[in-house]
Amino acid sequence: MINANSKILLEVHDLHATVSGAEILKGVDITVRSGEIHAIMGLNGSGKSTFAKVLAGHPSYEVTRGTLLFDGQDLSALAPEERARAGIFLAFQYPVEIPGVANNQFLRLAYNTVQGQRGEEELDPLEFDDFVREKMKLLKMNPDFLDRSVNEGFSGGEKKRNEILQMALLEPRLALLDETDSGLDIDALRIVANGVNQLSNKDNALILVTHYQRLLDYIVPDYVHVMEAGRIIRTSGKELAQALETHGYDWIHTNEQITGALP
Amino acid sequence: MSTVIWDDYLEKLIESWRKEGEPSRTVSYLNRLRANALSRIESLRLPTIRDEEWRFTDISSLRNTLFPRASTASLPGLDSQKSTFLDEPTCRLVFVDGQYMPGLSGLTDDGSIIVCSLSELTGICASKTEQYLGQLADFQDDVFVALNTALMHDGICIVIPANVSITVPVHILYITSGKEVAAYPRCLLVAESEAEVTIVEEYVAWQEGVSLTNAVTEIYVGESARVNHIRVQREASQAFHIANNSTFVAKTAHYDSVNLALGARISRFDQKITLAGEGAECQIDGLALIADRQLADTHTFIDHASPHGRSRQLHKCIVDESAHGVFSGEIMVRPHSQQTDARQLNHNLLLSEKARMDTKPQLEIFADDVKCAHGATVGQLDKESLFYLQSRGFAEEVARNLLTYAFGGEIINRVIVASLRQRLEEYILVRTRIS
Repeated sequence: MINANSKILLEVHDLHATVSGAEILKGVDITVRSGEIHAIMGLNGSGKSTFAKVLAGHPSYEVTRGTLLFDGQDLSALAPEERARAGIFLAFQYPVEIPGVANNQFLRLAYNTVQGQRGEEELDPLEFDDFVREKMKLLKMNPDFLDRSVNEGFSGGEKKRNEILQMALLEPRLALLDETDSGLDIDALRIVANGVNQLSNKDNALILVTHYQRLLDYIVPDYVHVMEAGRIIRTSGKELAQALETHGYDWIHTNEQITGALP
Repeated sequence: MSTVIWDDYLEKLIESWRKEGEPSRTVSYLNRLRANALSRIESLRLPTIRDEEWRFTDISSLRNTLFPRASTASLPGLDSQKSTFLDEPTCRLVFVDGQYMPGLSGLTDDGSIIVCSLSELTGICASKTEQYLGQLADFQDDVFVALNTALMHDGICIVIPANVSITVPVHILYITSGKEVAAYPRCLLVAESEAEVTIVEEYVAWQEGVSLTNAVTEIYVGESARVNHIRVQREASQAFHIANNSTFVAKTAHYDSVNLALGARISRFDQKITLAGEGAECQIDGLALIADRQLADTHTFIDHASPHGRSRQLHKCIVDESAHGVFSGEIMVRPHSQQTDARQLNHNLLLSEKARMDTKPQLEIFADDVKCAHGATVGQLDKESLFYLQSRGFAEEVARNLLTYAFGGEIINRVIVASLRQRLEEYILVRTRIS
């Protein structure tokens, strides 16, 4: 929901980032206000997943130029855990399996860490169990997933639901969903999207990184950005996603010339 | 045969033992076995790092102390030992410095399990001892097995009769008093056909001290029987621990083992499993969690000696500070052992710059229609996993500790006795500084 008066959550200007010396982001600009839903689309290799990882503080990426402000605070100085506690959440494209750590233990430790940071009450295992089971209903998740190791042996769809469950628990102010739609069948996509929609409100913001328009049928963005070669080359409303779906990414370039020719 | 023992350390050891005189035995077989082992020792010597099987494990410091065999131990207070008892009802068998302690032991069972001390063998235990003791653990080329066989002052024989399923775990507690003595405990477990049992062998220290444990356990898993064997070694931090497990798995029988090496200054565990009958199966898992200047060496040998056998092995080491982990895992598939399915994995985690790991997986396959795979890794914590946890708010150090805990937890989770598993989880939480 666009409201020009709402608070700026994320302000990125001329962001350049490298991984092992290769520059992937080459001047990204984006502003996200609370209450907004942004979609970043683009072909593989355009830099959209890198952008999400850079925001979350992945140690393999180095910011070489530009500014990265979250709620007015310079993010580039913060460790990934400090960003998480400040309210940034990355739903991973490939969630990591952690054999040997029970999912409920992991979820509770994460929840309590963030709660503690906010000065809110931490939950003991019994209290947390009730709390998390309620949240799992939102994603139609089987409670059995609590007793299993984190993501271990989960199907692609189950992993993605577990990511959104973490989002529901941690209540981030800015959630980055990196290709959350990939590997989901249509039923799972609907459930995940419905969960995300219920978590979305006027005080938080979402950035959806996606290759396809499919997810945007269910989570309707306020803005659609197209990324190419490490930069955002086009920003428009939700109709842009539909046009890309119909015409393909090449269409951007032909379309650019036409609009460029207009007075 | 010559009576000259050319290893002076062994010579002194045997000399001091001869002075003690022969213990009385109800079964003459044991006396013959002992005499055979003793004469065999005369042509053996303590291994050095020039021996292939000991090249990473230097036990020369053992020679600094001539550990006398423990004399009849005084009985420690029963109450002080209760913390090491399991919460579940168990058949509990307690040894102190290698001596069986009937007073501390107790059987919670309907009487279907048969237990005898080696010094008072009767009935079926006597015949099973004659049949198997010293037959499964070969002392011809292993000086420590020979020493145990010659010097064992006591031991137990456990028989699970055919078709009997023992519902409570058998908990064998080997307590080291901390005196500068050697303990030579011996255990024989015979599970007859279609019997089922869970056995926990736990080596604990009564107090700190330089001691030597040289333990041998032999297990016979009869046709279609199932044995689940958990072994926990948490000896004192200056102790030597040398142990041999030899297991025979008959047709369509199943043997599971989880081996945890946590204590001792130098520990060496030799595990030999013979899948002797067609369709025999085993799952052998292990974890060494060591720090400071500890050395933990695990040598396993799985012998696929029959067709249609299946073996699974996951061995892990977590090596911190200046510790040194050793793993040698040999899998032999004999020529007629077609349709063998063997898989071995060894993963090692080094937590400090000075930590060291030597790993040597070996597959020797002489059959052509088999499925065998093995893999070994030595590394640090996975960076993606660390980032995943940090992105959920975990501080880097907490994330590292949690991943270390998880790495070990995968093995701990395979301990099927709940109270023991819980105790091990707590132990590893403290060691990885999460709690």
